[in-house]
Amino acid sequence: TLGNKMATGQQWVLVEMVQAFYEAPAYHLILEGILILWIVRLLFSKTYKLQERSDLTEKEKEELIEEWQPEPLVPPISKDHPALNNNIVSGPPTHNIVVNGRKCINFASFNFLGLLDNERVKNVALASLKKYGVGTCGPRGFYGTFDVHLELEDRIAKFMRTEEAIIYSYGFATIASAIPAYSKRGDLVFVDEAACFAIQKGLQASRSNIKYFKHNDVEDLERLLKEQQLEDQKNPRKARVTRRFLVVEGLYMNTGYICPLPELVKLKYKYKVRIFLEESLSFGVLGEHGRGVTEHFGVNINDIDLISANMENALASIGGFCCGRSFVIDHQRLSGQGYCFSASLPPMLASAAIEALNIMEDNPDIFRVLRQKCQRIHCALQGISGLKVVGDSFCPAIHLVLARSRGLRENDVKLLQEIVDYCMKQGIALTQAHYLDKEEKALPLPSVRVVTTIKLTEEELDKAAALIKKAAECILH
Amino acid sequence: MASGAVSNGHAGPREPRSATATGTGTGSGRGAGVLQNGCTRSRQQQNGKPKTGHYKKTFSESFEQPPMYVPVLTYMGYGIVTLFGYLRDLLRSCGLEKCHAAQERKEQKDFVPLYQDFEHFYKRNLYMRVRDNWNRPICSVPGPTFDLVERVSDDYNWTFRYTGRIIKDVINMGSYNYLGFAENKGESLSSVAEVTMTYGAGVCSTRQEMGNLDKHIQLERLVAQFLGVEAAMTFGMGFATNSMNIPALVGKGCLILSDELNHTSLILGARLSGAIIRVFKHNNLQSLEKLLRDAVVNGQPRTHRPWKKILIVVEGIYSMEGSMVRLAEIVALKKKYKAYLYLDEAHSIGAVGATGRGVVEYFEVDPTDIDVLMGTFTKSFGATGGYIAGKKELVDYLRAYSHSAVYATSMPPPIVEQIIRSLKCIMGLDGTTIGIERVHQLRENARYFRRRLREMGFITYGNDDSPVVPLLLYMPGKVGAFARRMLKKNIGVVVVGFPATPIVESRARFCLSAAHTRQMLDTVLNVLDEMGDYLQFKYSRRSPSVRPELYNESDFELED
Repeated sequence: TLGNKMATGQQWVLVEMVQAFYEAPAYHLILEGILILWIVRLLFSKTYKLQERSDLTEKEKEELIEEWQPEPLVPPISKDHPALNNNIVSGPPTHNIVVNGRKCINFASFNFLGLLDNERVKNVALASLKKYGVGTCGPRGFYGTFDVHLELEDRIAKFMRTEEAIIYSYGFATIASAIPAYSKRGDLVFVDEAACFAIQKGLQASRSNIKYFKHNDVEDLERLLKEQQLEDQKNPRKARVTRRFLVVEGLYMNTGYICPLPELVKLKYKYKVRIFLEESLSFGVLGEHGRGVTEHFGVNINDIDLISANMENALASIGGFCCGRSFVIDHQRLSGQGYCFSASLPPMLASAAIEALNIMEDNPDIFRVLRQKCQRIHCALQGISGLKVVGDSFCPAIHLVLARSRGLRENDVKLLQEIVDYCMKQGIALTQAHYLDKEEKALPLPSVRVVTTIKLTEEELDKAAALIKKAAECILH
Repeated sequence: MASGAVSNGHAGPREPRSATATGTGTGSGRGAGVLQNGCTRSRQQQNGKPKTGHYKKTFSESFEQPPMYVPVLTYMGYGIVTLFGYLRDLLRSCGLEKCHAAQERKEQKDFVPLYQDFEHFYKRNLYMRVRDNWNRPICSVPGPTFDLVERVSDDYNWTFRYTGRIIKDVINMGSYNYLGFAENKGESLSSVAEVTMTYGAGVCSTRQEMGNLDKHIQLERLVAQFLGVEAAMTFGMGFATNSMNIPALVGKGCLILSDELNHTSLILGARLSGAIIRVFKHNNLQSLEKLLRDAVVNGQPRTHRPWKKILIVVEGIYSMEGSMVRLAEIVALKKKYKAYLYLDEAHSIGAVGATGRGVVEYFEVDPTDIDVLMGTFTKSFGATGGYIAGKKELVDYLRAYSHSAVYATSMPPPIVEQIIRSLKCIMGLDGTTIGIERVHQLRENARYFRRRLREMGFITYGNDDSPVVPLLLYMPGKVGAFARRMLKKNIGVVVVGFPATPIVESRARFCLSAAHTRQMLDTVLNVLDEMGDYLQFKYSRRSPSVRPELYNESDFELED
């Protein structure tokens, strides 16, 4: 049958194979054996092979470790780097200042109201020192809250006419901690590209999405807001949980210009963004009572979600504060990193700030006087050939930039430094505005910063302006 | 089950849970091996004076685990509070319970909510119940005793009312006043007062502009001299010293290896730097070495280019655990792998070491072996601010590129003077031995306090020589009860819970001070003994005599 035939056929093949195996020469068998082994090896080793290739032996690892040379921790910097030859101030950095052994009039410190050497402030600080000692030895949560801190917070809130204020022990850390307390990953922040470094760091820490608009350009801001509105319509679910903030400065540290606050408030309600206002330069300067840019424009302070300022300029103390509605501010007491995790402000500095506030309240006239002085020097500095004034006339810290750049930034910096040195020799202490060139988002032009304080007499203001003019003539022509 | 998982998770980081290590036989095999490979020899040559080992003291740290039922009950406690929280939130939303929290303005109700609900839930329903134990206002020097402003709440801690009374002479177990320089007695502050009157309170400028005072230069020289390094730079805030300088040191293409329990300021600085951050288990050398090895061998992720530099970031004393960094072993590792070491001595400078020079001195490590020595003046020096010290090139670079030097107001002169005064006292430059006596007193106080607590059967964490003593309470209910009852007995304590600690490890933290007298400590200890029985948190299962047990454990370890 067919089945039998097939069975015998297979048998025959098998027999033949065995026969062939016996008859085959030895070399052939060995070769085939090797081939079979090779195939088996290929079959089983394939997956391992890949890994083996990337796996380094211990010896190779040791070699790699031996081989690796890190970059030096810090690159060397040249001995004539300006930072290694900082001005050395002997004695108090007040109106009359001794810089590098030379007596000068101070046009560089942000001591706008001249409170740094105010006897009242000093006496209060001294009394506080005798009562509390120097340090607080703890963060606010752990016995670092002193009665003077509470008093200062209360006083600032009252002064600014807001519900609540919170103080930080370092000016820089104030806005840099406040922003990430609210704005988190995925949130949106619209920010002026001239914003100061502390804001930039706060934004970076928040890990939010950041949209820069052109300096003080409301139209550009609105363009971005509109773009976002379109985006939101596409993805309404995401839009419902994306917080939006608008971060601006009252008076810009980097440019000396005021922000167009009333327009910004309009946009706030139109596009539902919360406004954070950094007032380090404008607090204690602008407005009839020194309440800053809200008072200057007559904007309702409740329309601003958060105002932050440092107490290191007009108040001539140390630290900073945020103020606003309790709903907003109170959140920082558990979420503001610089508030929770840092030692609190030394009580003597809090007391000094309280007394500075007292002086501001007792003499509302000083803000008018300061404004006049700012305008006087702003006016006197106009029309100097080779130099351009940047900043509003009422800004106490304005910038002088070169009207014509000499190409490289270093060259401009050198020229401006010559002007600074020239003035310093003649007894006017000035400084360039210092930046970290590589870190700044939009690096401002090199500039000489001219700071006006209330202590400067009209003669001194005129003298300084005349001197700068002379320096520009000598150096820039 | 959940508690088991979590407690295991935490057992890992702190391995070995209880270790005694001597000079030659460290707890971790690798670290010890590295140390024998010439590291000690080379240091001998450098110093020219013989030092036989890296340190001869016993390194004894313990992190005892509580009985199993404790974490279970703790979780239950949190569960119940959370349930009640939801219930009360429900009542509030129905209008049955009055909501005390500040509300959003009417005009802005349609804005995206300002903060997440869970964050707020925790604050409203858990934190609010025990809120009176934090932020207690004080109205005197934060010395060994202080005066508290009495405050009461009529609405379950939503608001506080000040009664106008003062709680006098509360024993202060909370402030970081390690060496007792928070003081105002007699002539101690005369130089600071003088500086206040000549210089004023502020500076109104930055170091690079018009805020580089002669006083700062004087201080920085003294700090460098104190630490035994080439140069130092000081900054106005301790927190910012970390967060504003780490970005100047490392950046893209660099790797930061950070201890998992590092302080927020270090984490923030690391994040702002743009470097890649990898976290190793707390004080765990094997974990660190594995990361180091992987990093050097494999290079950067994806590109596999070699790292530009690797920075190991550790603290001297960890403020929530009371543990001390295993510095000698880490120095050996960093040398082997050519990494750099950033040591934050915020809590250890002044507080440990034979002459108060921090963990570097405690472990007899050459200070020049630490690339970046960082510390704060807030604690031992009773001032504020921080420093970074090391080689001259490092400090010069920071003078040019530190964010703080360029943008932040420099340290106010009265603070500078306080640091100078306390440094001079510690160094004996004031012609007295007060400073060194305080350093010794602190060590004695810390050892005494820790020993007595252990004898009483409390679970404490950390190193025998660390002046930070965490005492484990575990349950959230006990946290509030403990702190309130201690205050009734006129003792001010710090209690910490989630999120500052792992959720099951709420604790009280005592900070010893050289200014504490034996009598004060005994008062506190007696009250604690009583309280421990009353609130039942004497969880330790160790035999009251601790030493024999530790020896046993070390023997066991030396065997493998």
